[in-house]
Amino acid sequence: MLVFLIRRLSQSLVVLLVMSFLVFVGVFAIGDPVELLVSPDADQFERARVIRDLGLDRPLWEQYGVFLLQSLKGDLGNSFVFNQPALQLILERMPATLELAFAAVIIAIVIGIPLGMVAGLRPHAWYSRMIMSVSILGFSLPTFWVGLMMIMLFAVMLGWLPASGRGETVDLLGVPVSFLSEDGLRHLLLPAINLALFKVSLVIRLTRAGMRENMLMDYVKFAYAKGLSHGRVIFVHVLKNILVPIVTVVGLELGNVIAFAVVTESIFAWPGMGKLLIDSIYRLDRPIVVAYLMITVLMFILINLIVDILYSVLDPRVRIADVKS
Amino acid sequence: MRFATGLIAAAFAAGAFATAGWSAELKVGVMAEPNSMDPHYHTLTPNISMAAAVFERLVEHDETQNKIPGLAESWKQLAPNVWEFKLRKGVKWHDGSPFTAADVVFTYGRAGNVPNSPSSYGLYTKVVKEFEVVDDHTIRFKTAGPFPLMPDYASQIFVISKKNGEGATTQDYNSGKAMVGTGPYKFVEWVPGNHIAYAKNADFHGNKPEWDKVTVRPITNDSARVAALLAGDVDFIDFPSTVDIASLRKNPKINLSQVQSTRMIYLHLDSNRDKSPFVFDLNGQPLDKNPLKDARVRKALSLAINRQAIAERTMEGLSVPAGQYMPSNVYGTAPDLKPDPFDVKKAKELLAEAGYPNGFAVTVHGPNDRYVNDEKVTQAVAQMLTRAGIKADVVTMPSATFFQKSSALEYSVMLLGWAVGYADPSNPLRALLQTYNKATGAGATNRGRYSNPALDAKIDAALNAPTREEWAKLTQEATRIAVADTAIVPLHFQVNVWAMRKGLTYAARADEYTLIQSVRTAK
Repeated sequence: MLVFLIRRLSQSLVVLLVMSFLVFVGVFAIGDPVELLVSPDADQFERARVIRDLGLDRPLWEQYGVFLLQSLKGDLGNSFVFNQPALQLILERMPATLELAFAAVIIAIVIGIPLGMVAGLRPHAWYSRMIMSVSILGFSLPTFWVGLMMIMLFAVMLGWLPASGRGETVDLLGVPVSFLSEDGLRHLLLPAINLALFKVSLVIRLTRAGMRENMLMDYVKFAYAKGLSHGRVIFVHVLKNILVPIVTVVGLELGNVIAFAVVTESIFAWPGMGKLLIDSIYRLDRPIVVAYLMITVLMFILINLIVDILYSVLDPRVRIADVKS
Repeated sequence: MRFATGLIAAAFAAGAFATAGWSAELKVGVMAEPNSMDPHYHTLTPNISMAAAVFERLVEHDETQNKIPGLAESWKQLAPNVWEFKLRKGVKWHDGSPFTAADVVFTYGRAGNVPNSPSSYGLYTKVVKEFEVVDDHTIRFKTAGPFPLMPDYASQIFVISKKNGEGATTQDYNSGKAMVGTGPYKFVEWVPGNHIAYAKNADFHGNKPEWDKVTVRPITNDSARVAALLAGDVDFIDFPSTVDIASLRKNPKINLSQVQSTRMIYLHLDSNRDKSPFVFDLNGQPLDKNPLKDARVRKALSLAINRQAIAERTMEGLSVPAGQYMPSNVYGTAPDLKPDPFDVKKAKELLAEAGYPNGFAVTVHGPNDRYVNDEKVTQAVAQMLTRAGIKADVVTMPSATFFQKSSALEYSVMLLGWAVGYADPSNPLRALLQTYNKATGAGATNRGRYSNPALDAKIDAALNAPTREEWAKLTQEATRIAVADTAIVPLHFQVNVWAMRKGLTYAARADEYTLIQSVRTAK
């Protein structure tokens, strides 16, 4: 276990280093943030001052070196645009994104697994066919379009739910969350469903495939032969077996949803960190982009780790020591 | 995206939308969020719009860009280099302390010296070399030489309280600690990315604020902002996209307010080099001579463009053809200068006269995320040039890349925009058309490196004029010189639009600021 963790962490460090370098060079190649920051009627002296203040007058390797040294101390630099620590700006917006992402994944699991099981058990029934057809829509409709349609229907035409924003927040252990107030929940519902659509379809398909495969297996026949009830066979034995791939995929999707919920966040004006990333890319705010992607990489590493550990819990044949990263 | 937007708009027109209840709370949705509450941190439109609710300036601009008294009741030029401002008496800061000349001196000491400012107000403060406080409500600004633009520059600086501002950092403004102004609204809180909240300042000395509470939310996505208005989430939004305007106009529950902007969209031409990177002969080979150096060719480009068609079709009615660099109602412009007519025949004649009877080829570069419909306008311009014999290709890109490359002189014909927060027609002349000079700060944004000694001299004379009147006369003459030489090709002024629920009004502003104090219930 310890060897496994050490190996994992050292690999992560290499990934972080390579990634920060690529982003650094990439943003440098796109353009010059000073052109976007300074007022158009600024004279040459003012431009020179801004370039100097942001440290952009130094050669790229030196800027990168300074960044590496600072990041060892946990300082990922100050945003060019906000003049605040990049890390702080991202962490400030993280609770909103985490809340949205977890809500979406919970919706995906709560809706996806039961529907997938139904579709897997009775693959030829009309309702199973309907579930599968609808799940194709979930896969293929673009998120932004569905989001706008939902706003049109539920907010504009029916007036049931607010069109955008986060609504009222309540502090839970010092973190502002919105799912504890009615207003907050109403605001959360549409974006969470919008973000969940794709995942629901994914979970339905995975569950169905797992169901169909497992129901034909010998252990299921054996369980029935032993006289176990239908419910026990399905919910204890089969479900446990099909959960392994679902956990993996949902875990990875969770990372995706947290890191890249950008489209949903901007359509619903959800004040999360995805919107911060997009704005920062447009503004060439390099410290935020680098810090964001480093956090993302760390998060994926962490999620993978948790998934691997869950694996060994769900499937006793898998031992942590055997899992190669 | 376009399709979805259209549908949303159609849904509105069809009826059914929830109206917000009548209350003294105003909810606003804005396209762009400020990056700080500090009124001196960044000379950026969203920052200025939001700061203007809390802080005031000595000189203010009304919605059509006339100068009106702010914290100064009146101002006059005592000598070419001395301006006197009479400050308003009886004005109180939000904490109850009185406003005096000491606050103004303190403000000028800070405004240009905010650490790590991405674009500093030093531009407007550094010209003042000395202050003379005559009494608590009279202050004189002295400059090194004659300076006719002092009221313009004073209209850019938000005055902060010395008592609350001493030692305050940008962070203290963001947290609200130092957010003590004299303006119509008091600052309540800023949750970045989420909202900014204000409360009424009942003691405001001017036009009484109407709303007990104002919440401003950034909703950057155009369709989402319109949807939020239609759903009744917000009462008022800025800059609905041009595709939504027609259906909003038909919607009986929505009011629109619009005005011609001071933002000029123009073509900058690489007009000073012997070879230009994106000018070719008709076979795509580089030309050994740069045709854009020839004023006749530049004029031909201008004549080839049908500005009316761009305004009507590409901009869906939301632009006004431009014949100079500021709308002609602004003091210092030449009101009789009209946009160049659309005249392909004359354009072809001029090209032939300049030695290009068969035309030549250019690539027109433009941004695709900066100005209203910028990509479409660039394409329209290129088609029009091609019809007049100048075979034009189009390349558009995100502003992140475009502005760096255009400043690095990598292009030949560029679509750009220009606006400043105060209507000063000498400003585009100096920044865009004066010969680029690092030592004096002239021509800082002259991306075509246009250079004309006669014009340079006239602009210098204007900026050093002893009086406003003299300045206006010289600026007008300089504008005529530049326009006669087609130094740049002005295309149009954008039209700024705000949308609100029925029952509200907004004094639409030429300077693009979204001011919550100007949103009022219709009488």
